[in-house]
Amino acid sequence: MNWKRATIAAACVVPLIILFGYGLTRDPKDIPSPLPGHEASPFALAVFAPGQPPLNRAPGDTVRLAELKGQVVVLNFWASWCLSCRDEHQILSETAKSYAGKPVHFLGVLYNDEPGNGTQWIEQMGGQSYPSVTDPGARTAINYGLYGVPETYFLDASGRIAYKATGPVNERLIRHVVDSLMAVAAK
Amino acid sequence: MTRLLAHDAILVSMAVVLFGIVAVPVAMRTGRRGLLPYAFAAVYTNFFLVSVAAVAMVYALVTHDFSVSYVAQVGGRATPLLFTVISLWGALEGSILFWAWVLSMYAAAVVWINSRRPGNLVPYAAATLLFVSFFFAILLVGPADPFGVVSPVPPDGPGPNPLLQNHILMAIHPPLLYLGYVGMSVPFAFAVGAMLSGEVETDDWMRITRRWTLSAWALLSAAIIAGMWWSYEVLGWGGYWAWDPVENASFLPWLTATAFLHSAMVQERRGMLRLWNLNLVVGTFLLTILGTFLTRSGIVSSVHAFTTGTIGYYFLAFIAIVMLASLALVAGNSERLRSTGRFDSAASRETVFLLNNLFLTAFMFTVLTGTLFPLVAEAIKGVKVSVGEPFFNRMSLPIVVTLLFLMGVGPALPWKAASKAELKAKLVPPAAGAGLMLVIALVAGARNVYALLAFAFAGYAAFANLREYWIGMRARRIAHGEGWGTALVRLVGGNRHRYGGYTAHLGVILVAFGIAASSTFRTEYEATIKPGETISLSGHTLRLKAMWGREEPQRSVVGATLEVMNGSMVKGTMEPRMNFYPMSQSPVPTPAVRSRFLGDLYVNLQAFRPDGSNATIRVIYEPLVPWIWFGGGVVVFGALIAIFPTGRRTDA
Repeated sequence: MNWKRATIAAACVVPLIILFGYGLTRDPKDIPSPLPGHEASPFALAVFAPGQPPLNRAPGDTVRLAELKGQVVVLNFWASWCLSCRDEHQILSETAKSYAGKPVHFLGVLYNDEPGNGTQWIEQMGGQSYPSVTDPGARTAINYGLYGVPETYFLDASGRIAYKATGPVNERLIRHVVDSLMAVAAK
Repeated sequence: MTRLLAHDAILVSMAVVLFGIVAVPVAMRTGRRGLLPYAFAAVYTNFFLVSVAAVAMVYALVTHDFSVSYVAQVGGRATPLLFTVISLWGALEGSILFWAWVLSMYAAAVVWINSRRPGNLVPYAAATLLFVSFFFAILLVGPADPFGVVSPVPPDGPGPNPLLQNHILMAIHPPLLYLGYVGMSVPFAFAVGAMLSGEVETDDWMRITRRWTLSAWALLSAAIIAGMWWSYEVLGWGGYWAWDPVENASFLPWLTATAFLHSAMVQERRGMLRLWNLNLVVGTFLLTILGTFLTRSGIVSSVHAFTTGTIGYYFLAFIAIVMLASLALVAGNSERLRSTGRFDSAASRETVFLLNNLFLTAFMFTVLTGTLFPLVAEAIKGVKVSVGEPFFNRMSLPIVVTLLFLMGVGPALPWKAASKAELKAKLVPPAAGAGLMLVIALVAGARNVYALLAFAFAGYAAFANLREYWIGMRARRIAHGEGWGTALVRLVGGNRHRYGGYTAHLGVILVAFGIAASSTFRTEYEATIKPGETISLSGHTLRLKAMWGREEPQRSVVGATLEVMNGSMVKGTMEPRMNFYPMSQSPVPTPAVRSRFLGDLYVNLQAFRPDGSNATIRVIYEPLVPWIWFGGGVVVFGALIAIFPTGRRTDA
């Protein structure tokens, strides 16, 4: 064994491995969204999946952002072909139900998908407590600067984007954001 | 059903592979060589089982079986069949499966050809390949499992990434790349095998893998060129190389493999650089794994980056093990790797090869530093930076022009030592080529020092390499009275290694001319015009004839028909298009390219009015770009000449 050579090699390799180990804890694509703090883009979209009472809306109804002023809005973009959307579906549905009667409005927005596929998906996934709307031509998605699905936007009572979650959401995150936005609105 | 079959095939393959990895050292230590055929059988069985999994995946893709997680992720009913099949390598999990498949195929082929060789080298090499296979099998049942269950089954999938289903080169570039990349495992396995079996002094590992290394190198060269071509034909920016981390990842092992092809000759001829060669082979393999790690783990930001998960940690562990184990092996064997020869003179071919190795390795470290620098910056200063073209171009140009020059000097010099008269006779005439290219470049308007040097040295190298053919052919004509054609065929046939190498040089020179010309003399112009109006650039005039739209099952296409004008005559039409995929926010362009010997007319549709009343067109004139693609073909042809078995030894 040539120990000198082995030491030199180790001196080159070990820091490299440590560097990679560090690098894995970072996400180079985690670029902060410029949207939070800005006024949410208005929309008027038709309901295709009614949701369940008491959160339901009739299919074909138009949901306008303007009429939701004064409420916290949770806007979840999803699609039936999106696998990560399955992970958050039940959490979103149940958390939304638990806020029934409070000034919070959950809304699903179907992204690049057929409403038929969406309805079937909701049925297979065991229903969704809140309504979902279609977004023809993904215009609303573009206005919100969607990277992909799922993404969830939290709008405060004055209609500003307060927070954006990329990827599946968990219950703690939803409650934390929604509760603090409601507390601010109540003041 | 398909899913279970494939998943189980991978699980069984793990057991088989593990058996093979254990059987080899046990057979060696206990002297039970009867076990070896079973270890070899494990290699074949692994190939069979991974093939089952890969074919099952293709079947699941083609039948739109969305209960398989990978199919649900990349499949789509509207996607054309070809792109459905090739989406096998379109995303993380599938690409790992494809990698494992290629690796198992190489292992089976290498064992099949060499299993009769006595000694311990081949069994240990087989065990090394099985060890690498085992790692990929772990990925396939762990963080990159393509056979997950999706329930309920979605009615349709999003389809492959639009960029990956927009051009036929997507069917060619990735397989070539994997074949080249994974092929580098073979010389690595034999180098490790030689060290483990104590056969490192006999240079056999190098002789056995010579063709494998050359093939892998040729495939990797072709893959890099095909990747450049894909970027040129699909991305619509008119360029072909951007020093993106993934491009660098394919280029890094190419550099060390190229260095090895040259330094291996020094070892074969002169018995020198033996430790260095071992390091190059191990380094090349490590760079292929590093490249895969960089692109699959999401550690650096890249246009090619795959979606990520925990896979990075698996790769990190594997890299750490392979790096430390192979470096310990090299250090442990280094005492046995004394050179048997020595350098006789500075004016010799081996000196040029040494310089070539030095510059290629320096090039590799430069590119590696630039690629990893964002990571270092974030670790030390906590800032996000990106290292772009200016760094890479500034750092690499001096190296590239030097390498071009060496490419002209090397073939001209003899082994051992050259006399003064010989040097003069060999090195002076090619200066005519350098002078000619320099004048042409100056007349064409080049003023940048590196551009001028690149043209001059490429001219020098072209002259020097062509002259070797000329000298050889002339000698044959005089000695045997052969015609030029016969002389050429017999000359190359008589020494395939040598003339294959010169042919590859000529290919690289063509690529160098293409890159130098297109980056020096490229002109572009962009304008918004109405139908009937024209746009002109460096003597080329295009008239917008019409805008049109078309619905296809998987996308909608908007195109512009432009007529290439010669005065009032129409010489041809070009149709740049923009493709809108339902799952993608931004459209994917399809630029129109009109190739001629001296360059391409490259037209991209940038924007348009929905009513077709105007279109924004970018026209780029790209001098000598076709030479890059053609040069890539010549490189591969040269490698094929060298790979082809030589008949000479059996004739004699």
